[in-house]
Amino acid sequence: MSGVRVLVGTRKGAFVLTSDGKREQWDINGPHFAGWEIYHLKGSPADPNRLYASQTSGWFGQLIQRSNDGGKTWEPMGKEFVYDGVPGTHLWYDGTPHPWEFARVWHLEPSLIDPDTVYAGVEDAALFRSIDGGQTWQELAGLRGHESGPYWQPGAGGMAVHTIVQDPSNPGRIFVAISAAGVFRTDDAGQTWRPTNRGLRSEYELPDPNAEVGHCVHRLAMHPSRPSVLFMQKHWDVMRSDDAGESWHEVSGDLPSDFGFPIDVHAHEPETIYVVPIKSDSEHYPPEGKLRVYRSRTGGNEWEALTKGLPQSDCYVNVLRDAMAVDSLDSCGVYFGTTGGQVYASTDAGDNWAPIVRDLPAVVSVEVQTLP
Amino acid sequence: MIRVVLPFHLRTLARVDREVQLEVEGQATQRSVLDALEVHYPMLRGTIRDAATQRRRPLVRFFACEQDLSNEDPDTPLPDAVATGTEPFMVVGAMAGG
Repeated sequence: MSGVRVLVGTRKGAFVLTSDGKREQWDINGPHFAGWEIYHLKGSPADPNRLYASQTSGWFGQLIQRSNDGGKTWEPMGKEFVYDGVPGTHLWYDGTPHPWEFARVWHLEPSLIDPDTVYAGVEDAALFRSIDGGQTWQELAGLRGHESGPYWQPGAGGMAVHTIVQDPSNPGRIFVAISAAGVFRTDDAGQTWRPTNRGLRSEYELPDPNAEVGHCVHRLAMHPSRPSVLFMQKHWDVMRSDDAGESWHEVSGDLPSDFGFPIDVHAHEPETIYVVPIKSDSEHYPPEGKLRVYRSRTGGNEWEALTKGLPQSDCYVNVLRDAMAVDSLDSCGVYFGTTGGQVYASTDAGDNWAPIVRDLPAVVSVEVQTLP
Repeated sequence: MIRVVLPFHLRTLARVDREVQLEVEGQATQRSVLDALEVHYPMLRGTIRDAATQRRRPLVRFFACEQDLSNEDPDTPLPDAVATGTEPFMVVGAMAGG
């Protein structure tokens, strides 16, 4: 019988939640790496037992962990992320040049086809790749080497590559999103990159609202069957591209707030998308203290609130950019984690919700594996 | 033989008890002790000092014989009590406050 494995990264460790295909009874395994920040962990689509985790600490730095048995056991891997060549500078908060300095790995994206190949999005913003299962890492320096690189500037949360989306129909095409530089696309497997931000408007964040680079993109989502269509949760605005990022248009529609962090697509319905509106960039909690996932079945613009089983009063948690995922069982499961330590699941595409677990440390990331 | 006390998170990472014992070639200094530690426990490389610059990570401290040796030159000989194994060389995570 098929099953589901939910990989949860928190401020104080990683947790692996497993269930059979009914998704009613859950086994909670963890904490792994107790006391360490786990920014992200994710499984290889080519080998579900191969997992990678980013483990960080303000005291002891960056570690990468790998599991070959679905998260039962882990081994530390290579952790040297050395920028290619002379790293140069980007802009600091005060507008002065600031040397590129590695801080941490925000996001790990395993290759769609090779369990030993994995991409790492890091702060200060750069993309690294390992082709030996995480033992060594090489920078794909064309991204940071883009002519706009010296002018990238951190947002309040730092400057990181936090989203990596691979095009399943075109092995050379990868999208990344950087806060606060925007979306970049490569069509040659990471050698060269160009910004793909036309149509984004950031009236309150940028002096030129239509600037080619500098937008605070929070998250991208793609349905694998239709890789030219991308959805974006920007700092403010939910956006859509129908031409692989060449242009974007807003689909915030009737959302109560178009600020938020995660966005995801239903496993079987490419026009069904999910966001979690957050009141504002100054108040990182849901509008009216009501935790609501919003679903659009029309690819944006028309949204419905999904509330059954979610707290509808006095709720002031946040849902971070990497903390939502879907499974691919027949009735699509949707999952998200909160900064209050809850992981909620819906087994019916968002109609009804229930917590899998309520009292974890603040959840940073949620990934889901659908197991055979 | 040098005794090195590790903080909780590095003990779990290296899968060792609170204290490890090391043979150090030549004079016992911060550098020679940490070099030997990293040879025996390569997963600790980069966690105590930067892997590229070899500089102590900012929130890691070195204590021994009731002294803070964190800002000593890494090639300064450690106290005799550490070199002879009477006292441990302590790697400490700095207090977080709060």
